[in-house]
Amino acid sequence: MDDLLREFLAETAENIAVLDVDLVKLEKNPNDPNLLSEIFRVVHTVKGTCGFLDLPRLEAVAHASEEVLGKIRDGDLSVTEEAVTLILESIDCIKGILATLEQIEAEPPGDDNDLIGRLGIFAQGGAAASEGTDDDKAAEAEPPEDIAATEPPDDVAEAGANEAPQQAPAASPAASGKRATGQAAAPAAVEATGESKIASQNIRVGVDLLEHLMTMVSELVLTRNQLLQMVRGQTDNEFAAPLQRLSHVTTELQEGVMKTRMQPIGNAWANLPRLIRDLSLDLGKKVELRMIGAETELDRQVLELIKDPLTHMVRNSVDHGIELPEVRKRAGKRATGKVVLNAYHEGGHIIIEIGDDGRGIDLEEIKKKAIENGMASAAEVEAMSDQQALQLIFKPGFSTATEVTNVSGRGVGMDVVKTNVEKIGGTIELKSSTGEGMTSIIKIPLTLAIVSVLIVECGGERFAIPQISVVELVRVSAHSEHTIEMINNTPVLRLRDRLLPLVSLSQILKLGNGDATVSTDDDTFIVVSQVGAQSFGIIVDKVFDTEEIVVKPVAPMLRDIGVFSGNTILGDGSIVMILDPNGIAATATHTSMTSDSQAETATKSVAQSDDSTVLLLFRAGTGAPNAVPLALVARLEEFDRKAIEYSTGQPVVQYRGRLMPLIPVENGKPLEGEGKMPVVVFSDHDRSMGLVVDEIVDIVEERLDIELSASRPGTLGSAVIAGNATDIIDTGHYLTQAFSDWFKHGAGAGGNRDKRLLLVEDSPFFRNMLAPLLSAAGYDVTLAESGDEALKLLDSGDDFDIIVSDIEMPGTSGFDLAKACRSDQRWKDTPIVALSSHSSPEHLKRGREAGFTDYVAKFDRDALLAALSQSLSIAGDAA
Amino acid sequence: MSETPAVGPAAAEGARGDHQEFVTVVIGDQLFGIPVLTVQDVLGQHQIAHIPIAPPEVAGSLNLRGRIVTAIDPRVRLGLPKRDTDGSRMGIVVEHNGELYSLLIDSVGEVLSLPNDCYERNPATLDDRWREISAGVYRLEERLMVVLDVARLLDFGVAEAA
Repeated sequence: MDDLLREFLAETAENIAVLDVDLVKLEKNPNDPNLLSEIFRVVHTVKGTCGFLDLPRLEAVAHASEEVLGKIRDGDLSVTEEAVTLILESIDCIKGILATLEQIEAEPPGDDNDLIGRLGIFAQGGAAASEGTDDDKAAEAEPPEDIAATEPPDDVAEAGANEAPQQAPAASPAASGKRATGQAAAPAAVEATGESKIASQNIRVGVDLLEHLMTMVSELVLTRNQLLQMVRGQTDNEFAAPLQRLSHVTTELQEGVMKTRMQPIGNAWANLPRLIRDLSLDLGKKVELRMIGAETELDRQVLELIKDPLTHMVRNSVDHGIELPEVRKRAGKRATGKVVLNAYHEGGHIIIEIGDDGRGIDLEEIKKKAIENGMASAAEVEAMSDQQALQLIFKPGFSTATEVTNVSGRGVGMDVVKTNVEKIGGTIELKSSTGEGMTSIIKIPLTLAIVSVLIVECGGERFAIPQISVVELVRVSAHSEHTIEMINNTPVLRLRDRLLPLVSLSQILKLGNGDATVSTDDDTFIVVSQVGAQSFGIIVDKVFDTEEIVVKPVAPMLRDIGVFSGNTILGDGSIVMILDPNGIAATATHTSMTSDSQAETATKSVAQSDDSTVLLLFRAGTGAPNAVPLALVARLEEFDRKAIEYSTGQPVVQYRGRLMPLIPVENGKPLEGEGKMPVVVFSDHDRSMGLVVDEIVDIVEERLDIELSASRPGTLGSAVIAGNATDIIDTGHYLTQAFSDWFKHGAGAGGNRDKRLLLVEDSPFFRNMLAPLLSAAGYDVTLAESGDEALKLLDSGDDFDIIVSDIEMPGTSGFDLAKACRSDQRWKDTPIVALSSHSSPEHLKRGREAGFTDYVAKFDRDALLAALSQSLSIAGDAA
Repeated sequence: MSETPAVGPAAAEGARGDHQEFVTVVIGDQLFGIPVLTVQDVLGQHQIAHIPIAPPEVAGSLNLRGRIVTAIDPRVRLGLPKRDTDGSRMGIVVEHNGELYSLLIDSVGEVLSLPNDCYERNPATLDDRWREISAGVYRLEERLMVVLDVARLLDFGVAEAA
């Protein structure tokens, strides 16, 4: 039987039973408005559901009684014995039809015009009603008699001819009997068949009760585990045997209770065929939906939470993935696109795949969008692996749809999908191949109630890490093959020829002495976790067993702490916090995508720090390799040498609809020739400049220690990078070669002239990059190599209008400097702008607290200049 | 944290007739009263599990018959110095929005039924931190009893997030 029909029958049987009682009550208390509206509501519900299920006969009867009840409710009719009788009669009629419906899954043929007619007459007013009250037997016999006498026989004949052959034999007696005796037969029929079968086989149980049962069973499981732990290892314990039995029963009970919460995933898919149909009509696409494994069951709670994300993903597939029929044909595909949903169980998890054979994800397009939306800089995007770029679509505010349609493209979506999936301990993975479609794989736990966790110890306290996010465990010690290595105090681990970034749990949780150093010689364990496509290791002191636990939410005041996803009571009764690897990753890196284990970038972008810089290495000429900070580079391109043109004697190429000047690193080297040439593109607003090099070598992350010896113009000096002496390119030199006014436009506020600026920066590279820039903008720049030097300058009586300072410096840090200035009478009003490679809100807040006027990212030249003039004007106003 | 001033006697839960019943507790040197109906349990000396990086008001969590109870140290809210014996202290378990909390106290006294005419609003000069979580004062014969507004006492997470 159809689920919907079954549900309807069960529900209606219940409702009708209530109605019987209520109606009798109503007769006794005719003026009880609550009772009346309750009755009205039930009849109305029955009517509504009938219409929805296409049960016209039921609907007609229900509608007629509703009419009468409506009048009574509105006070047009009064509650009389006759009225109640009439409605009870129609309820009996409904019962009769329901009984047949349950047997043959169809309404019995025939109609109830007699009853409906009488209900109609009654509803039409007091006159008919009072007339009826006089002798209801007559009312039944007279005007309705006509209908009853003339029409039903026709109907019987017709219906008999048309429908009887198709009907199950069992239906005939009931149906025909009803027709012969009219309404009187209906109650009899019900009484004869006894209680409705469906109604008696199912009981409705409140979800609350089920939830409570679940909690109790969970507690039972925990207690069982506790007992098992106690007798573990004792073979001759007298409790062993009964405990074994208890264990079995508990497991079975747990499974049973879990089953009550299970629902087929098909329930969450029910609305999809319609959605796809409407969408494809709207968009003029042809889409076929295939659903595999709709019977796969999962926890009701999980189902509810997964519903919206699924709908969204399918919508996305149709809207963004599947192409228009013509486009598909041109690409040699079938005109009808396919969206496939596949659900199956896999080791305690349920996997849902949403696949389409559409155009797939255009990575370039995604990167472009990310830059446009300001979610990543061109340089960051350049350094991204494909997996990382794919992850961009999960960022808030991202949308690849070129136009915002009513279907999608509003840029709310994938991030919400990801959040929802992760909220229930799931993961989402994307696979895309351009032109062939994409598949999203959602992996979610079967139930939220009980999860398997790994218990670890750190700083003397125990914590639980969900198994789903644990990839492997690595033991490290000074003597084993794995050791923790340090890059500028950032611990990393060599694991199968990859560098795995590590986070210290004790550091994140501020446990123990809070010492920032990670001990590298003791025995420690690393829990390798995966969050999305990103892997990282969590350093813990000890690893214990895995345990099945019941996740309990933490108190509201702890919910802001991202690293905990809940807490639980272990078998021994102690409470442990459950760690959320997502939250740990976010806390550890701030920018969530700084590392990626599978990508080849693992070696080049471990956690960013102030001192290490990502550098682009290239060769030009015969000398030492050259390097330039990747953050300054907009793109890496290759141009055909034949494409070079000349404009006012300068070599240019057409690039993105504009002319871009080309500057060879080696002065005077001829550019013409055959083949391609690699070009490093620097961009600023709408202007671009191409630096022609011989070969792009690599991207590395290194600490920059520039030994200043400007051997030739265009270099800042040299540094040891990747083991080789490398020339660091002075981009300023080449930029001004391309556009002599490169640093001038936009900055032009002449009012800056003679403003004295103190630049405090420990890195010679940044000093040299920023100083000309600031001078060009009209500031009178004084340099200080450290906070201490800056303080000395200030103490010696030098006067500055504004101070620009790095944050992380040896000795006096930027924060200390700002505090010192703020507490000094002479400097307390001097604006101080912080320069940092971190620009997270926390840093910003800390900066402001320390007394900085503004906080700017190091490479953001425009922001720096804007911040400077703004801070100056504010200071000016105040003065 | 300086929002609306403290509320009148109606806010003190357990207001029935012309008397109110309070469980009296001592925190620091001060006698406090907690409306008796909000109190679920009184815990003797008990162990509290530490929760890392939690707000300072949160002393930890404990297991009360299979339910996780968050232990709150009112001393932090009141600006009193923390006690050294943080590991084991007495607690009054209260329910708030379906969650259980244990308020750490120094000692618990008797249950008092106090007439309404002994009630007074917070003195205007009361420290802001105290005013925030005090629902008024009862004049007892020998000393004063401050009524703890449990809902406000537990409100700090939200207040900080806002």
